[in-house]
Amino acid sequence: MKLQRAFLVSPSPHLWRGISISRIMYLVVLALLLPTGAAIYFFGLRALAILAVSVAVSLLTEYLCKKMRRRAFVMDGSAVVTGMLLGLTMPPTVPLWMVAVGAVFAIAIVKEAFGGLGHNIFNPALAARAFMAVSFPLPMTTWVAPRGLGLDGLTSATPLSGDSVWQQFDPAAHQAMFLGNTSGSLGETSALALLIGGCLLLGLRMIDWRIPVFYIGVVAVFTLALGQDPIFHILAGGLMICAFFMATDYVTSPLTNRGKIIFGISLGVLTVLIRQFGGMPEGVLYSILIMNAFTPLIDRYTGEKPYGLVKRAKDAG
Amino acid sequence: MNKSGVILKKKSSPHGVKVPERKLTAGRPIERAPLPEKAVISLHQNLGAPGEALVRRGDRVLTGQRIGDSDKFVSAPVHATLSGEVTGTTMVINPPTAQPVEALVIGSDGTDEWVQLEPADRPEDLSAEEILDRIRQAGIVGLGGAAFPSHIKLAPPKKATIDTIILNGCECEPYATSDHRVMLEYGDRVLSGLNIIRRLLSPQSVYIAIEDNKEDAIAHMEDLIIGMGLEETIKIVPLESKYPMGAERVLTKLLLNREVPIGGLPLDVGAVIHNVGTTKAIHEAVVEGRPLIERVVTVTGAVKDPKNLMVRFGTPLRTLIEFCGGIVGSANKVILGGPMMGFAQFDLDFPTVKGTNSVIVKDDSALAEQQCIRCGRCIEVCPMRLMPTALARYAQAGHYDLCKEAYVDNCFECGVCTYACPANIPIVQHIKVAKRELARRAPRK
Repeated sequence: MKLQRAFLVSPSPHLWRGISISRIMYLVVLALLLPTGAAIYFFGLRALAILAVSVAVSLLTEYLCKKMRRRAFVMDGSAVVTGMLLGLTMPPTVPLWMVAVGAVFAIAIVKEAFGGLGHNIFNPALAARAFMAVSFPLPMTTWVAPRGLGLDGLTSATPLSGDSVWQQFDPAAHQAMFLGNTSGSLGETSALALLIGGCLLLGLRMIDWRIPVFYIGVVAVFTLALGQDPIFHILAGGLMICAFFMATDYVTSPLTNRGKIIFGISLGVLTVLIRQFGGMPEGVLYSILIMNAFTPLIDRYTGEKPYGLVKRAKDAG
Repeated sequence: MNKSGVILKKKSSPHGVKVPERKLTAGRPIERAPLPEKAVISLHQNLGAPGEALVRRGDRVLTGQRIGDSDKFVSAPVHATLSGEVTGTTMVINPPTAQPVEALVIGSDGTDEWVQLEPADRPEDLSAEEILDRIRQAGIVGLGGAAFPSHIKLAPPKKATIDTIILNGCECEPYATSDHRVMLEYGDRVLSGLNIIRRLLSPQSVYIAIEDNKEDAIAHMEDLIIGMGLEETIKIVPLESKYPMGAERVLTKLLLNREVPIGGLPLDVGAVIHNVGTTKAIHEAVVEGRPLIERVVTVTGAVKDPKNLMVRFGTPLRTLIEFCGGIVGSANKVILGGPMMGFAQFDLDFPTVKGTNSVIVKDDSALAEQQCIRCGRCIEVCPMRLMPTALARYAQAGHYDLCKEAYVDNCFECGVCTYACPANIPIVQHIKVAKRELARRAPRK
């Protein structure tokens, strides 16, 4: 047999690890399924509707933006992740059209206007939530008790918005907050579900441990130093979902290991400062957006010393 | 287990990556490849200056006859790898530089008649100059892939103090098993060559670095070292099987905890590193007077019968692949060298050269490149602790000055960043472009 065929010529390496962007994104989706299930369990089918609208509008917006920018639409899963994360940060009673507006903002303004995946400065889901909080202040701060309490439909304060619980060490409240049986945004209430999802991503090495560990650790130490209940602070509000799923967003967090530590510590300090001394009950969202803006600066000054970097006699002289 | 004390503690690196090993031919003894009908001998098979032809069309040459050489400092002669008539010249692409170079075509007369070899009567009595001359005359270059002329590496400048020799049997590239088989089948020659360079450099420490996926080679080399009574002198360091463990700079860091300065050489930190195939060739050159005209090449991947072959340089890839039963299935890529750093060929008439340690046939498809998502995997795996994604971004934008500031020259192009990249960005290719452009712009010395 004479060997005659056209051979492919391309630069080395000729092997690929096979971990693609879409695989990473769908693993994040997988890790979010448990928190999503918890949201539906505690807040009913309305949670499912919010998530469906958020994901569908995110995908549609990305498709239309790519058309307008004359770029290929790649089903890389990133819009699904953004849609799920946005949906999971919604209050249970928010009107669906507002969710749709938020999803359009997340994809069209925060992501595509800056150049699409990889180029956005801010986390799309969080920036969109901030946009919704200023645009629709009342619906975005109306909370209902989860069905688990048997008080379906009643408005209720979130743990962070009440003053009385700050200093108390209350194991019963801890347990409810750990499981998710408390009022709050759809996906943030069940620390257990978030912890499992987060550990899945850590175990698969999809996210680095430094940001969540330093973020949550600093919140615990700082609140303890302020004489408050650190367990309450870890379980309350959006800390768990944001520490594992938002602050670890590749695009908007530092690349370097030292940068990730600085990022995590700064987030912890900012979050406690805002919770404690700011005008809002929760500080996670704005902490992350502020630190997103510092990410390029952090990267610039935290690179590892390259191998073999020494002053050579020749250079000095 | 290790009573002799020859085998030291296993070492590992936090950088690099586990690659699929695919050492299909680890258990296949070396076979001799058929002599081709014609050999195409590239005059530029070494790093450094190309050679010039010493024979003309119509000349009859003998196997082992010097047919190309240069009087430049960094150069090595090439030899006829079979006997016959010089039928002309042609141009071939020199894989590392992608530049066309001149090659001599020798039509075989089928007799494989050798030149008269001049074995050393008493190798132990040769002076250092005589040894280095024999190594140069034999055309020996580093057989690990870089093809740097060996006699230069073995004659370090006076001001350099060499205290360590590292014999490199890592073979961290997937598929390749030529070094593995050389250690198993020619371990005595490998160590004899090592002893010759020990005499030249008189180091304090001698290590043999072997990845732990070659247990049999580690055990065999241990036996040979004990058999020679050198267990106090030569130590084996097993390494975790990971890519790119076998890179010189990774070895100095792992074995000696010394980092080669950027732009420097291992000898700047007192180390000289040679591949196991190279010391085998040094033994043959110094003791037997044999020039380097053949080497072990692993021909593997999507061929019917993957093999380790003893191949005369200049043998076309076609001959080797056909000897292994031809290409299986829809495989559409032929790689000269390993899958991580090797060069894809478009033409099976391409001749094997001194730096060819493997020929790999595989299926491949061009994958769509996406945007960097800043996941940091390239940084995590980079053995040089660079920021490959930033280097690629600067290079793509033509900001070569920024590449230089970010130490692009430190990259030795192992490609592990690109292997790990989820977005399929050809990072190392962008880096190569930047390095070449910076070298072109640099003021000539």
